Formats: sequence, C-alpha cells, structure tokens
Amino acid sequence: MIRILVACGNGIATSTVVASKIKGFLVSKGVQAETTQTKLMEVPGKIQDYDLLVTTGEFSGQTKGVPYVKGMPLLTGIGAEQTLNEIYDITQKK
Amino acid sequence: MTVDLVIDKNLLLPRLKFHTQNEALTYLADQLYKQGKVKAEYRAAILKREDEYPTGLPSTKPAVAIPHADYNLVNETSLAVGTLEQPISFHNMEDVKSTLDVEIIIMMAISEPHGQVEMLQRIVSLIQNEELRKKILDATTSDQLQQLITPILLTNELKEN
Repeated sequence: MIRILVACGNGIATSTVVASKIKGFLVSKGVQAETTQTKLMEVPGKIQDYDLLVTTGEFSGQTKGVPYVKGMPLLTGIGAEQTLNEIYDITQKK
Repeated sequence: MTVDLVIDKNLLLPRLKFHTQNEALTYLADQLYKQGKVKAEYRAAILKREDEYPTGLPSTKPAVAIPHADYNLVNETSLAVGTLEQPISFHNMEDVKSTLDVEIIIMMAISEPHGQVEMLQRIVSLIQNEELRKKILDATTSDQLQQLITPILLTNELKEN
C-alpha cells in the first residue's frame, strides 16, 4: 500500500480534488494507494510516515527524503497527464 | 447527499470594477454574507487566507482565482462568481512570489470538510475549460452567467481531464 500525503492551505478544498484524481488514476492502474489530506503547515510533522508528498500550494520545507510532486496540474489540467505518470513511476519504485 | 448546487443569481456578478484584490474579495464575501451563506467573520478569514495561501491558478487567459476560507464560517455551501472588467493581480498558488492577472474570481464557500468532492471537481472542470472561461468573462448579465455556470454544477457526468 502506497501512502500519499496530499496538502493544501487548509487541507480541505484543493487537496480534496487532487487526492480524488490521484486515487482514481492509481486504481485504474491497479495500484493500491491511500491518500491523506493535510494542511501545508502540518506537512513537516507528518511527512516521514508517507511514501509521497503532493501539494497544491507552495511547499518550501524539507521532505526528509520523501519524493515530492507538485499537484497544480491536476487542478488546472495543464500537464496533468505528465504529473499522473510521475506519480505512477514513484509508486512503482517503492 | 445531493451535490446539485443552485447558485443564487445575486451571487453571479459580471463586469465588476475593482482595482485591488482586497476590494474585490471584500465585495464578494459581503454578497455571500448578505445572502446568509456565510458568517460575518468569513470576510476577514478570506482576506487572511488569501494572504497566507494565495489562490490564483496559473492558466491561459482568462485566469481564475478560487478564494475560500474555513468551513466553520460557512452556513450553506455556495459560490460567488465575479468577473472583472480589468484584471486584478493575485499571487500564484503554486509559486507565491509570482503574480497572475486574474479576470474571474470563484469564491468557494464550503460548509463541510469532506463530501464536497464532486462539487469541487465540477468547479475544477469549469476552470479547465478555456472556452467556457472566455464565455464567462464575456457575459454581461447575471442571467448569462447563470446559463453558463449552472449546467456545469448540475451535470451528472463528470468530465475527466
């Protein structure tokens, strides 16, 4: 099971959309994954328990070696496929 | 749970004339308050939140901002949509040091922390539709805005990107 931390400003609005798109995509690829939504400011305290971080706001903190993918393309649609493939590749390396 | 969201025409506001982000956000938040959708503190929360976590979305013209604030200040899930006669500078959600010329503001008042996935996805499908964004910007009346936006929010078939 791949654990994905999805963060946005309040952990409610944009991360909901992004988490749902990631889950839908990974299910279609047969990848077992669970997403957890959080606030950007809570990422540093949680990141070590996850395999991947995806954010819709700017995150400039340390990811402690955890791979980090910017989720904005999943909101705007611009470059969304590339972002999903990047996420898929990370799940396959795990 | 129903996910259909009927937007009050009073919250669809074309061709607004504002010069600053604060003026525009204050006006839209006040309209939500007048319609009873949010609590009095929502306006201050929107302004603070935009300052801390900007909501300008990088896209082709016309660009969109999606200001929103804490769900516990919302009485009833709703949207206020304003189009701007002149673009207003918003910070980019993804790169807060850069700014975007925003022409459409979709203020999201979300009353539940979860369970609004579909509605949010519908708003996102609107944001991803460049042609629709242009039509929204061209609309001159609340009726026109309603005709453009309502089908997106009521549709039963979600468009995947």
